[in-house]
Amino acid sequence: MTGNPVDCTVKSTVALQIGDVVSDSFRPGVYITDVVFGEPVNIQEISFKNSYTAFLTVRVLRKEAGSEDGSTKWVTCVRNHCLMANPHTEEGSQDYFSIYRQQMLTQPDNVTTVRLIQRQPSSVWLNFNIEEIKIYPLVHEDSERDVPSWLSTITPVEEPLDLNGLPDPDEVSSSIQQMWALTEIMQSSQTSASIGRFDVDGSYDINLLSYT
Amino acid sequence: MMDEGTELSVTIAQIVQRLKGAHLHSQLEKQARECLHRPEIKLESLKEDVRNFLRVSGTQDWVYSFMCVCVVCSLPPPGHPAAPPEHTKEPLAYMRKAQASWEKRILKSLNSMCTELGVPLARKRPIPEQKELTNKWNEMGTDEPDLSKFRPVYAPKDFLEVLISLKNPNHDCREGLTARSHWGLIQISLNVRAIPQMREAYPELSLTCCQLGIDDHAHIPPGIESFSVCVCVCVCVLVVSEQDSAAAQQYSRQGCPTGLRAQLWALILNATNEPEDIMHYEQLKAAVIHHDLLVDNLIYKDVKLTASNDDYYFVFEDFLYQVLLCFSRDTAVLEHFSYNSATPPKSYIQGKTFMSVVPFHGFSMYVAPLCFLYNEPSKLYSVFREMYVRYFFRLHSISSSPSGIVSLCLQFERLLQSHLPQLFYHLQKIGAQPLRIAFKWMVRAFSGYLSTDQLLLLWDRVLGYDSLEIVAVLAAAVFAFRAENLMEVTSLASAEAVLADLSTLKVMPLLQIFLFA
Repeated sequence: MTGNPVDCTVKSTVALQIGDVVSDSFRPGVYITDVVFGEPVNIQEISFKNSYTAFLTVRVLRKEAGSEDGSTKWVTCVRNHCLMANPHTEEGSQDYFSIYRQQMLTQPDNVTTVRLIQRQPSSVWLNFNIEEIKIYPLVHEDSERDVPSWLSTITPVEEPLDLNGLPDPDEVSSSIQQMWALTEIMQSSQTSASIGRFDVDGSYDINLLSYT
Repeated sequence: MMDEGTELSVTIAQIVQRLKGAHLHSQLEKQARECLHRPEIKLESLKEDVRNFLRVSGTQDWVYSFMCVCVVCSLPPPGHPAAPPEHTKEPLAYMRKAQASWEKRILKSLNSMCTELGVPLARKRPIPEQKELTNKWNEMGTDEPDLSKFRPVYAPKDFLEVLISLKNPNHDCREGLTARSHWGLIQISLNVRAIPQMREAYPELSLTCCQLGIDDHAHIPPGIESFSVCVCVCVCVLVVSEQDSAAAQQYSRQGCPTGLRAQLWALILNATNEPEDIMHYEQLKAAVIHHDLLVDNLIYKDVKLTASNDDYYFVFEDFLYQVLLCFSRDTAVLEHFSYNSATPPKSYIQGKTFMSVVPFHGFSMYVAPLCFLYNEPSKLYSVFREMYVRYFFRLHSISSSPSGIVSLCLQFERLLQSHLPQLFYHLQKIGAQPLRIAFKWMVRAFSGYLSTDQLLLLWDRVLGYDSLEIVAVLAAAVFAFRAENLMEVTSLASAEAVLADLSTLKVMPLLQIFLFA
């Protein structure tokens, strides 16, 4: 979930059925739900809660790029995405799902309408639907990653320090440690002997070596 | 569906979170702090040096073992960000509702027992009583309190009725119109595995693999089978000495050698007996001495009615009290309810919470077989608690989990329907639905029905495969074994009589024949 969902209108679900919906006793196996936007959206994610739908196909009505008269075209983004591994059993029947931009066959850009085609081939269930449909727009700063914002706090990136010409703190501290160790040794092994100047008979002339 | 990278980050974050709360974390910190004094650790490469040291000293292996335990066993999968917490525990709304109303019923029953008998749910013990209990701690079995007024809150057959009445409101149950007609008792369409899929999932049980429990019988002459058994035992010795939890789980699929079973199970369950665990147990013991719970009387009653009457387990009566009384006060068990949709009933005394898992008739049988493996109460407690939190709780709560009792019942019925349809039909016709007989075995994971050595071999596989599915398979295998006799019976009572005594059964041959032959 990146950011906030886009405001949209979810139209009422239409059943695809031959014959009269009201009088026929056969239940439809396909439902269509349209989601309409006020203005064109670049979609990042579609999230929803499943209610016994087995397969989902997503088609979008895209405004063609570079067309002045605003012509639109229907393209398929996701074909027969499986929500329930076995349409007759409960697995996945009430789960929450997300379909990301990266999983789609075509780029969902400049989209005015999203059509969700739900299929449930099993006769075991009385009704099926998808609920809590939320569509999230593409947010440009995060367009490189599809990691949701609540995850980014888990792996923080360390920023490099701006040193401004100063030496690297780690190097300085390691050499300081050695110097400190030396001073500790010095302090612990203090003698009462004075450190005299290393002169020989009052002269610093080192032409003469002394072995004393 | 999140992509793999995202799922991995979330899983890693969850493991790190669990590590922070575990005893292992403080051990790691202590080790890392101690190694700082060592000369080979330099400040400029501090991270790398400490990491190398931990690897060389073998500490890294502990972390790997911990990770394996987290990943392999019972780490709940990351839920969808939009999913509320109760959905992550149990995705199906009608199951959550059924569990909640079942709990309400139990609580109501408990409260009415309270009022009827005039016994409080929880009360502080007066000092003389505390002293007496402390003195008698190791021999509580000699106590003969008046328990005639108490009755178990529920028995397995009451729970079975609840499961039978469980229905999905969206399920079309008109007769003859369902894709899968339910001629069994369970009306829920959960995904359960059939025999071909079981063969793929349980290859270690196949006829060609060495099984401890078949191939280590004394009357088998020396030969290739006894050599394989020796190899199995040697491998287990190595696994225990290396403290390798993941390997222990893998090898336990072929059975644990009797002498090493206790250590292998403790390794698989990550149940330690460190000073912290002993201290935790002592704290629970102190809680038992200070406060008396109504549930304690139910525990006493249950032990007296079941384990004390059992030829194998009556000697462990005192141990059972020591474990179960502490268990009913252990609030650390509450955290496992974060991935179980059940909510335990809580009672309060002066603002302090007491968690109680309400025992049903036969609850003490979950602990009894473990008494053969562990003789130290704190170790026994540790192991039992882990086993309850991973497996046993699923046997008496309503959920859609593949190891849950609903799935096990459905799997049992489906296996029998697919492989012995004539037997199933015959039993159904005479009013002896197979589940009514097998339910009590499955709810106790066969404890008290099989002989102990066979039961422990079964529980080896439960731990090895981290699933209770094998319990359902064994139930079907038992019916298959006695199929000829069962085809002759004409009533529920005679069917129950045929299946009354399972103490002579050998678990592994039954399972192998049912799955692979």
